[in-house]
Amino acid sequence: MKYSTIGYILGQVLKFEGIFMLLPFLTGMIYHENEAYSYLIIGIICFVLGCLITLKKVKHPQIFNREGFVAVALSWIVLSIFGAIPFVITGEIPSYVDALFETISGFTTTGASILSNVEALTHTSLMWRSFTHWVGGMGVLVFIMSFLPLMGGSTINLMKAESPGPSVSRLVPHVKDTAKILYRIYLVITIIEIVLLCIFGMPMFDSLTLTFGTVGTGGFGIHNDSIAGYSPVLQNIITVFMILSGVNYVAYFYIMTKQLKEIFKVEEIRVYFGIILGAGTFIALNIRSLYGSLGEAFRHAFFQVGSIITTCGYATTDFDLWPETSKMILVLLMFIGACAGSTGGGFKISRLLILCKAIPKQLSLVIHPREVKVIRMDGKPIDHNTLRSTNVYLAIYFFILLVSTLLISVDNFNLTTNFTAVASTLNNIGPGLDGVGPTRNFGMYSDFSKFVLMFDMLAGRLELYPLLILFMPSLWRRK
Amino acid sequence: MNIIIVGCGKVGCTLVEALSSENHDIVVIDSRPEKVSALTDTVDVMGIVGNGVSHTTLKQAGIETADLLIAVTGSDEENLLCCVIAKKSGHCQTIARIRNPIYNEEKDFLQKEFGLSMIINPELTAANEIAKVFQFPSAIRVDTFAKGRVELLHFKIGSNSPLCGLKLSKFHATLHCNDILVCTIARNSEEVIIPNGDFEFAANDIVSIVAKRRDAIDFFRKIGLEKNRVSNTIIAGGGKISYYLAKSLLMSGIKTTIIEINQQRCEFLSEQLPKATILCGDATDKELLSEECIEKAAGFAALTDLDEENILLSLYANGISSAKTVTKVNRINFTSVINKLDLGSIIYPRVITAEYIIKYVRSMNNSLNSNVEALYKLEDGKAEVLEFLLKENSAVCNIPLQNLKIRKNTLICCIYRNHQVIVPSGQDCMMPGDSVMIATSGYNISDIKEILED
Repeated sequence: MKYSTIGYILGQVLKFEGIFMLLPFLTGMIYHENEAYSYLIIGIICFVLGCLITLKKVKHPQIFNREGFVAVALSWIVLSIFGAIPFVITGEIPSYVDALFETISGFTTTGASILSNVEALTHTSLMWRSFTHWVGGMGVLVFIMSFLPLMGGSTINLMKAESPGPSVSRLVPHVKDTAKILYRIYLVITIIEIVLLCIFGMPMFDSLTLTFGTVGTGGFGIHNDSIAGYSPVLQNIITVFMILSGVNYVAYFYIMTKQLKEIFKVEEIRVYFGIILGAGTFIALNIRSLYGSLGEAFRHAFFQVGSIITTCGYATTDFDLWPETSKMILVLLMFIGACAGSTGGGFKISRLLILCKAIPKQLSLVIHPREVKVIRMDGKPIDHNTLRSTNVYLAIYFFILLVSTLLISVDNFNLTTNFTAVASTLNNIGPGLDGVGPTRNFGMYSDFSKFVLMFDMLAGRLELYPLLILFMPSLWRRK
Repeated sequence: MNIIIVGCGKVGCTLVEALSSENHDIVVIDSRPEKVSALTDTVDVMGIVGNGVSHTTLKQAGIETADLLIAVTGSDEENLLCCVIAKKSGHCQTIARIRNPIYNEEKDFLQKEFGLSMIINPELTAANEIAKVFQFPSAIRVDTFAKGRVELLHFKIGSNSPLCGLKLSKFHATLHCNDILVCTIARNSEEVIIPNGDFEFAANDIVSIVAKRRDAIDFFRKIGLEKNRVSNTIIAGGGKISYYLAKSLLMSGIKTTIIEINQQRCEFLSEQLPKATILCGDATDKELLSEECIEKAAGFAALTDLDEENILLSLYANGISSAKTVTKVNRINFTSVINKLDLGSIIYPRVITAEYIIKYVRSMNNSLNSNVEALYKLEDGKAEVLEFLLKENSAVCNIPLQNLKIRKNTLICCIYRNHQVIVPSGQDCMMPGDSVMIATSGYNISDIKEILED
């Protein structure tokens, strides 16, 4: 393995993390908070450290599949380890494990918190917490790639490892331009949401932090009741932007290049909106009796459906109090997740589609053993490798889900709590049900369980493979 | 530039790798997903899996905004069709690889009617490259430009050459070579001169001339430079390259023997190349080779289908004779090992094909956004050859060249009319529809009229 290449990439990641920390520092300056200086100091340390590491240029930089996966996994770990330090220094989250949990939850856009009273945090830390969502949403390496002339065409392997979805490809011939386009779209959506929220009366600080949480599909709020305290219009705006952030970004690329017809050809997007409409309407009718008007029921239903399926994790109401059918639908939505190529997490609709299409094929093989049938998506045949890796993905996914649930059960909470805690961290959602419901938090788990859940969050965001590969002994063995 | 490359075979890959480092936006199309993903994983290009002939696929690849499409799939028909469709759906230039000799005969027709910018035949190109090795002595370097139509021959003037001290105005009369055009002279490895009548040749000048091959050989004999040109060659293997090579060698009067194992192929070759000696036998048969006096051969080309056989044959030939040897190698991955062997000249047909296309792409890139059709840099960029297509009624048309007042350091070095290269003399004139190559140094010419003195 090319350790020097990976080291170089990690150095770049640190440099950029240092730059990212300027935002909370500036926020702190505006609000005259002394905590801002800890961010500045840590930021400078990260930047200098990064510069030192990247001082030595890599001679023959080439990123193969393996280097791509390892670099991405390690980058995210390094990012989280350094990102957690300011929380501890400012004393707002005294335990480093808790701070690390909070940071990983931020970068992986999970939004699961260990804080029982969010409102006690300074503006500085709230900004950093939310900003990690924004950075993690589209991916930090994709961000770096759009700035630095990294290493030619093989950087696609970094993008493949970091971007969600079963198959990642370029939008335009150069990887760098592809990364730029993705971030441009991301930035435009972010700005539109901030402006809209401000117009409809949300304070600037709130609209910034909540927008970062929405478009990154993260879910860290700045109030204990998440979004419930805002006006219905603001809630609806957030609903729309959550759902838009869960759409495959290819759709926005088509809008950019004026190929509107192409959007409707993408099966995944059709199914995505279909599921949201179906689940939202059903739940609205199901919870009708709990709220004053049908309109209110619809608002809450669609907000929660949008929040869960895009794996955002905001809440406008305590859905833990909803009827069992509605809760079950939400749990199912957790497992579906957003579209591939979006900022959302979860299993991804495209994978689900591939699997659903493979079932009739397999059944049909029993009836006609010699049948040859090609599975198609968006009118194009799915190649055998994608199908196989999707199957394996499903297997690993459930394996991790079950083992994690087993591991955290040592803390002796009930099944619903444990199961939804794992499901919501593995799928990068945030809240679960019962003990980890929207009004509760993850603070009651032991440090051991927190480590398990941190692993789940990283594994979920990076789509399992990059993180699991770190555990392969043959990777580290020197030949 | 936006370039679409259809076909990710070996030529396709070589092209992509070379072009991607020159900052072009490249999209590759191939129907084999594994070929496409192998490329997109290592090179910064976008890949599309699909049939390059299909309009939908081409549209997906952005044919509307493409500047150039290069069709290098394995099938000639597919390549042609692909180019035609691309031409109809966008404004791009097209390059097709055509290797069937039958189509090759009709190259000019195809190129004109289908609007192709360039047709490349890998075997023919390789054969020409090999022919250069045999036809021109080592004192001469050959550059081709203008899509391979024009050859620029460079040579150094020796101290006892008849050219020493000769004025250019007396050049043609003294040497009786009217069809030779002196193009550039590099002196002291610094300045590049585009000469006029008063120019005087001196020893150690590096002169480049434009001429037809036969005239050039005649000219080199007159100035005493033909010494190490080979007189007879043996070609092992009778494939397409051998056919083209033998044809070209025979034309310039070099005796050629081809050894081919397949009886039918031998009969075909003998039919097509009546002047050549065709032997039916195994080229790796030592007896046969000594029967044909390989020790006394002046040139030997190993062109069988197997790289290993070619390498062995050349090593053997080098060992027992002083022949100039040329070895054809198909596989390009092991260049470093092969270069260590004492093989003489090595020809990689695929690389040559790719290089020709790359040359074209570069010249196209250089001439983007101007009236210039193509721009070639000579002598490390110290001189340029520009290609212009003459439109109707240009101010320079229909006037004999000797009556045109042309700028200093500017020269009309060839006229391409009706698929014929004309080496211009004072009586010739340019006509609408001609392609004209202008050599110049020190000026920035962007229109044909600018060659005239102000």
